[in-house]
Amino acid sequence: MKLPGAKIVLECIKREGVDIIFGLPGGAVLPIYDALYDFEGLRHILVRQEAAAGHAAEGYARATGKVGVCLVTSGPACTNLVTALQDAMMDSIPIVAFTGQVPTHLIGNDAFQEADNVGITRSATKHNFLVKDGKDLGPIIREAFHIAATGRPGPVHVDLPKDILVKEAELIWPEKVTMRSYNPNYEGHAGQIKRAAKAMLRAKKPVLYVGGGVISSNAHAELRELAELTQIPVTTTLMGLGAFPSEHPLSIEMLGMHGTYYANMAVHHSDVLVAVGARFDDRVTGRVDAFAPHAEIIHIDIDPSSISKNIKVDVPIVGDCRRVLRALVEAVREEAKAGGDGQEGQKPWHAQIAEWKVKEPLRYEWSDDVIKPQYVIQEISNATRGEAMIVTGVGQHQMWAAQYYKFTHPRAWFTSGGLGTMGYGLPTAMGVQAAHPGRHVVNIDGDGSFAMNSQELATCFVEKLPVKTVIINNSGHGMVRQWQRIIYKERYCAIDLPGIPDWVKLAEAYGCVGLRVTKPSEVVPAIEKMLSTPAPVVLDVCVDKDECVFPMVPAGGANTDMILAPPTREVRDRAEKSQTGF
Amino acid sequence: MSMNGTEPRKHTISVLVENKFGVLSRVAGLFSARGYNIESLSVGETLDPTVSRMTLVVGGDEFVIEQVMKQLHKLIDVIKVNDLTDESHVERELMLIRVNAEPQHREEILRTADIFRAKVVDVTQVSFVLEATGDEGKLEALIELLRPMGIQEIVRTGKVAISRGPKTRVRKAEPAKRPRVSDDPRVVGFAD
Repeated sequence: MKLPGAKIVLECIKREGVDIIFGLPGGAVLPIYDALYDFEGLRHILVRQEAAAGHAAEGYARATGKVGVCLVTSGPACTNLVTALQDAMMDSIPIVAFTGQVPTHLIGNDAFQEADNVGITRSATKHNFLVKDGKDLGPIIREAFHIAATGRPGPVHVDLPKDILVKEAELIWPEKVTMRSYNPNYEGHAGQIKRAAKAMLRAKKPVLYVGGGVISSNAHAELRELAELTQIPVTTTLMGLGAFPSEHPLSIEMLGMHGTYYANMAVHHSDVLVAVGARFDDRVTGRVDAFAPHAEIIHIDIDPSSISKNIKVDVPIVGDCRRVLRALVEAVREEAKAGGDGQEGQKPWHAQIAEWKVKEPLRYEWSDDVIKPQYVIQEISNATRGEAMIVTGVGQHQMWAAQYYKFTHPRAWFTSGGLGTMGYGLPTAMGVQAAHPGRHVVNIDGDGSFAMNSQELATCFVEKLPVKTVIINNSGHGMVRQWQRIIYKERYCAIDLPGIPDWVKLAEAYGCVGLRVTKPSEVVPAIEKMLSTPAPVVLDVCVDKDECVFPMVPAGGANTDMILAPPTREVRDRAEKSQTGF
Repeated sequence: MSMNGTEPRKHTISVLVENKFGVLSRVAGLFSARGYNIESLSVGETLDPTVSRMTLVVGGDEFVIEQVMKQLHKLIDVIKVNDLTDESHVERELMLIRVNAEPQHREEILRTADIFRAKVVDVTQVSFVLEATGDEGKLEALIELLRPMGIQEIVRTGKVAISRGPKTRVRKAEPAKRPRVSDDPRVVGFAD
């Protein structure tokens, strides 16, 4: 069947099971938009800036487990998209991004809106393609979706020259994708799994350290089974939140730079550390030579290059988290039958963790006069019973959301973990809301972060995406202020965002509902009103601007160097003497 | 000493890749993005015209080389990665070298070239261009012998390598022991 290239593109996207694409038209992709005019079965959501299309595709992908798709034009559209691609790269989110390109005969000619798209996105994608022949369109798009969704997921970029979109070509759609150079390994090594099971049963002080890979591979049920079977406490990374219920008795919540005291202490003192779908990021490990120094480390990951990249691993298991965890559950059962006291030996360890939990819980000082940001998150958590889809920007509010929201389900937490992309919140929330029209999608954002993509309120209004944004408004770049306060001797520089714009008026200007609260007593009614409003809402919460995120491990410090409360002289002196530059 | 206790040294890595545009830039980008240095790189078609072979020489300790191998393998267009360093293999490089050829030196240069089985491929009244092939040690030795005559220019292809024997074998890396804090006198924990 011969079709114009543009139709082939849309047909292939549809056949991949995608029902929504996020995009913004322009010269080089006009043939696709012309084909979209009467194409059935694909909803197009028009964003206001191209990066938002990428983030929305990320939100859609993470929420559904399918591949997210965005479509933008050449040149500046592609360069705008790069941030979202790199974001998806760092957090292993499967998206396929289509960009327009000038006609093949003009490539390299400095044509209007030309950029070396594939050259620019090469390091920000898992793989990329430039289509040079119409008959390659089908096979390339098929491979693009295959690469994005399999192995360690990630973004794939397909660059489409305009003449390829116009010319007719044969639609070739291979049923099965086979690539001799790309065959991810899914099954873990049986011998290694047995070794891991033995180590876990032998351990006196084990910890499961769980990352986003458990969510990508839908392994939450297997994880829970393994944890309950072995009674091993579970800590999650920022990306792993939701993989294990926050309020489960075995949960010790998040670890790392702003993790809980008990998670960091447990990992530090552990004798066996089982990392599942996590990559020993520097925000997790702190100083690597002091990370889990006494532990035998078991690492389950689909990406061999993640293993022994930052921390030397004792038992590497390359494979899909879900399959490996399932095999591990079986192996543990087998080993337990063969003898070994298992959980009995762990009693002192559980007692020790309980003691740490009591000694240093997550806490903040209550105030009757100013709103504490942590309180806002707690009340959002209460009002939604941990069932909402929570999206964040990047900064203090993100960490408070991670610490104080009580997660119950996977695929309900969306945050820019690896890249730390400010402005990620609203566009990602749009993608989540588009995928789940009936759910509460709450974008917990900061005033600095929200400003970076607030234009998408227009998209929310026009496309009827009732995203709820809660701005934790501390009139400044709070995380930078926190670092300048604790580490740079209160030499505050370039952090003030003094009260403009008026977020309520801005929301209204975009056709959305704007609310503002300034007193603690107003928080709960405002959250209730927000959640019961069927339209997009911006709730501007004016919070205590001096509040800091604790615990905090200064960059380059060991996780046991946590600062637990506002800094004392001693902490500042230590920061000054630090040889790691904090 | 490096992280896992091995000294940095040069590795010869053979990489089979899809013969597609952009592959070289993916490989080069991998090195530049991670701050690894390529000492030499050569690329050419193999028996199968859809496959190219890259021969890379990279310096680093076991830890760096392990990452290099894994990252290379992670590239979608890479079919196979093989570290030839500790296997029995043959490696060769071709060098063109322009050397001053004053009358009093001409004989000696030709004798030296003969010993090294180098060919004279260009002659003027004041210079020779020699073509030499061999492994790195041989080429370095030739350069040292010609240096006193005055070398004007050197052009080298970079190394190519092939394993000895009837077919290529893949060697398994020995797992290295993880260093522990207790082994490291510099580390003092705050909490303990």
